[in-house]
Amino acid sequence: MTMTTRIAAPTMREAFLRAAADAIDADDRTALVLADISAGADPVPDLAARHPDRVVNVGIREQLMLGVAGGLALTGLRPVVHSYAPFLVERPYEQLKLDLGHQGVGAVLVSIGASYDQPGIGRTHEAPEDVAVIDTLPGWTVHVPGHPEEADRLVRESIDADGLVYVRLSDETNAEPHHGEGLQTIRRGSPDDVVVAVGPTLDRVLAASRFRDATVLYTSTVRPFDAAGLRRVVGEVPTVTMVEPYLEGTSARVLAEALSDRPHRAVMIGHPREESHRYGDHELRL
Amino acid sequence: MTTMRPPTDPAELHRLMSLMTGDEKHSAAATSTLDVLQVLYDRVLQVDPEHPDDPVRDRFLLSKGHGPMAFYAVLAAHGFLDESELATWAQPGSRLGLHPDRVLVPGVEIGSGSLGHGLPLAVGTALGLRIRGLTTPRVFVLVGDAELDEGSNHEAIAYAGRSGMANLTAVVVDNASATHRGELAELFLTEGWRAITVDGRDHDVLETALTAAHDDRPLAVVAVVESKG
Repeated sequence: MTMTTRIAAPTMREAFLRAAADAIDADDRTALVLADISAGADPVPDLAARHPDRVVNVGIREQLMLGVAGGLALTGLRPVVHSYAPFLVERPYEQLKLDLGHQGVGAVLVSIGASYDQPGIGRTHEAPEDVAVIDTLPGWTVHVPGHPEEADRLVRESIDADGLVYVRLSDETNAEPHHGEGLQTIRRGSPDDVVVAVGPTLDRVLAASRFRDATVLYTSTVRPFDAAGLRRVVGEVPTVTMVEPYLEGTSARVLAEALSDRPHRAVMIGHPREESHRYGDHELRL
Repeated sequence: MTTMRPPTDPAELHRLMSLMTGDEKHSAAATSTLDVLQVLYDRVLQVDPEHPDDPVRDRFLLSKGHGPMAFYAVLAAHGFLDESELATWAQPGSRLGLHPDRVLVPGVEIGSGSLGHGLPLAVGTALGLRIRGLTTPRVFVLVGDAELDEGSNHEAIAYAGRSGMANLTAVVVDNASATHRGELAELFLTEGWRAITVDGRDHDVLETALTAAHDDRPLAVVAVVESKG
């Protein structure tokens, strides 16, 4: 008799924490900065025991979390900062602007919760605006992985790099990872009907009947946006539909800039701009 | 690096400040910090204008970025800035803004102006130096008494007081400008800091306080000056 043990595929959050732990084990310039969230999640407690100085949990103090990250970066360290999206991006927005960007230092911010990963807990923990908020600040790279393996790779690459990086993790995933750079052509169709699927929206875009004849592109990196890659694919007068798993229209600006040399129709799909009081129902409508 | 420098002539600092003219609504903020800055740079800080990025330098973070004329004057007196540049203060194209900018000005450790950022940044800097095994450098951050109204400072004070940050000193220049004033030293003491309240115009007393033993804790020096009025 053969016994098999089924090892559950990691979530993006688990993939991130393992990648961060590996980086902290391997590089004494890397530090993890937390505000309680994930402090008790595997492998953080063991990591903190091995590196008590470089796993910094400031408690539920998100302004301080970003300020500490800025200070660490000023001494030459590479801080990795983590919490739920609203507490990482919205609450300490001025710290992102001043303690990181204005000081000219970098950090890797990794959020969980995405837009509506936990719709049962409501508006306070939802941040469909997160990428739009980051997009008001200059110099940020924004990754939106669509699979845990992409999250693992993007987190590791972000820690190894310099600069300001936001990695938006989600419970939603595609069935398979796609590891190419920039916009990747997933399905060739009409060059005049092009869909850009961002992160975990890809599988639903591929399944949607309205996009049956369209060219489907995929990206896990929305800032900087691969404008050259889009121009290489689209026709002379294209309809470009951008499907993003966060606030609708977030990438309208970069799409317009990318296609400023030709007439085009842009369709922006994402979560609506609403003051939500709904619990448990936030399906992205294609 | 050395702290054995000739003391700066106060009249010389006032002359340097007078070179920065124009519409400055924070002149009270500038004059309130002048003596603390002079004592720090004359007697306490291990910094070198020839090597402003030396990893083992002491860090001075001016959190209260308002009214930086005193800061610029002290930096000029100590060789971080050329005196001739002071006249460009707040002019178009000048490196010397109404708030200091670390990206532009040598010797400026943080860009500041919005209140409540310097102390959290100082906590991170103190942690970072400890992580990097740099045990010599000390971190000094100057905040105003009104600035302590900002909640971010309370996050930093509570965390630092429980984290054994003996390389961190917060200098509170108290010119009684806070709207809802509390007991400043007590604010730090209750969170585990050592705290000393001194005359913010007495240089010898300031030096003693700024170099006092930390007893494995962060140190707060409340430097009381005349009321903003």
